[in-house]
Amino acid sequence: MSIIETQNLKLVYGADTPFEKTAVDDVSFKIEEGDFVGVIGHTGSGKSTLVQMLNGLIKPTQGKVLLNGIDIWKEPKKIRKIRFKVGMVFQYPEYQLFEETVAKDIAFGPKNMGLNDEEIKQRVTGAARFVGLNNELLLKSPFDLSGGEKRRAAIAGVIAMDPDVLILDEPTAGLDPNGRDVLLAEIAQYHKTRKNTVLLVSHSMEDIAKTADKILVMNKSHMVMLDTTQNVFSKGEQLTKMGLKIPQITQIMMNIKNTGYPVSSGVLTVEQALKQLLPLLTNEKNIKQKRGSK
Amino acid sequence: MAEFINASNVTFKYENQEDDGTTTYNTVLKGVSMQVNKGEFVALLGHNGCGKSTMAKLFNALQVPESGTVTVDGIDTADDQRVYDVRRRVGLVLQNPDNQLVASIVEEDVAFGPENLGVPPKEIRQRVDDALRAVDMYEYRTHAPHKLSGGQKQRVAIAGIIAMEPKCIVLDEPTAMLDPRGRDEVMNTIIKLNREKGITIILITHYMDEAVLADRIIVMDDGRVLTQGTPKEVFSQVELLKRHKLDVPQSTQLAYDLMSCGFKVDNMPLNPQECTQYLLQLLKKYS
Repeated sequence: MSIIETQNLKLVYGADTPFEKTAVDDVSFKIEEGDFVGVIGHTGSGKSTLVQMLNGLIKPTQGKVLLNGIDIWKEPKKIRKIRFKVGMVFQYPEYQLFEETVAKDIAFGPKNMGLNDEEIKQRVTGAARFVGLNNELLLKSPFDLSGGEKRRAAIAGVIAMDPDVLILDEPTAGLDPNGRDVLLAEIAQYHKTRKNTVLLVSHSMEDIAKTADKILVMNKSHMVMLDTTQNVFSKGEQLTKMGLKIPQITQIMMNIKNTGYPVSSGVLTVEQALKQLLPLLTNEKNIKQKRGSK
Repeated sequence: MAEFINASNVTFKYENQEDDGTTTYNTVLKGVSMQVNKGEFVALLGHNGCGKSTMAKLFNALQVPESGTVTVDGIDTADDQRVYDVRRRVGLVLQNPDNQLVASIVEEDVAFGPENLGVPPKEIRQRVDDALRAVDMYEYRTHAPHKLSGGQKQRVAIAGIIAMEPKCIVLDEPTAMLDPRGRDEVMNTIIKLNREKGITIILITHYMDEAVLADRIIVMDDGRVLTQGTPKEVFSQVELLKRHKLDVPQSTQLAYDLMSCGFKVDNMPLNPQECTQYLLQLLKKYS
């Protein structure tokens, strides 16, 4: 059974007004437990509306969201429970910190779930460890942290609820390259250890290429692709038409392939590119040297 | 080339009032010297907290140095009497377009700056039209800013600056919140303003593929200038950049890794075109 399934999901903003706009139209997909899915699409393509429907923050105009096979709006009064299961980290989550200490801020979610103190404590330390915040920082005011640390604290607050599905909306925006890499590595590690489902919304194709197994592509309110990362990034031309891009390295290797060299089309990282290039270069180098020695 | 901005041995610290009444200081600039020439396109790189954004504020007199001097077009930014002369010359564009747009109609937003400078109405009309054309947003002049895409909003914010006719525009991570097309739109606009109108550009960015488009890159680290030079010179120092929490474009990384494997790189590639060419040469040579 898929962990999240949507059936003909549709959302109309400002229905029956002159400003009526269909943000998400007829979107149906299945996401399996343990998947790491990148969500990409141009600004205004409906990504954020879509992911907010997955945890019941927005109620669809039409269609259904199924969590473990059950319609999340079956009992509207219990929608809050869904939000503990589908955790959402918004864009610039550091603006949502509010407590006196980092520890208290991270504890806010678990507390609202009605857990006991001992359990909450464990959740807080566990979540803090995942995002690389040390114990000393936990006692500080969240407002005394650096930008990157604040972002981590906010993410820890959601991880502490131990959601089955974790959704992150642009978690690396505004971070420097190192901060970006460290945070992505932490999210990947969390996914690997916890084996839960992660949805990562991002404008950075490089970030998605490094982390996601699958990609969901939104274009003008519709879902146009849901496939493996390799397959999606093999469709460079289509993506470009939608205002998206493929990672530089994927583009370079595609050019090499199109010139007739035997490399694959969905190369996602520099390491993968090296692995494909080195045999070509060294083999041919050796052959040439051998020929030379004869 | 004539010098436009000159920062000489600048130090700067932020004051924090603690709960117990004491004051602590956070020194962000520890003796920075840099020059930017008239008409130049300079990219400023560095990790979060290295002092880049503080430099941006110093360039348009939002802050003044604690010691050392910053001059803009020969004017000392610390001279109270001339603050507005400095701001008229240097416009600042920030990361989040939603925080920078003030009016409910695009052209009114662009007119806000020149109105405040006391420009005659007829000239404002002309400036607004010209500015919107320069960023390719003229068609949208009667639209509501909140209905535009991120890239479009950011271009309107840039038009608002252009309408004040600054000699220099400082952009602090202007593409951080944009999708790939929005980023391209903004970068193309910046390059066009620099090449066609001769506006001096200082671009603060975390995207290395944007930095390669500049004439010169200045890398900051821990309140100082770490290194500077043409994109080729700077990005050839892969080890140094990585040590200081920075990155290089994937095109450069691949060539650098091949170099570590013993292959020769004469001309460090900075973009996919250059890297493809390099690889094809390499493959050809060894087959």
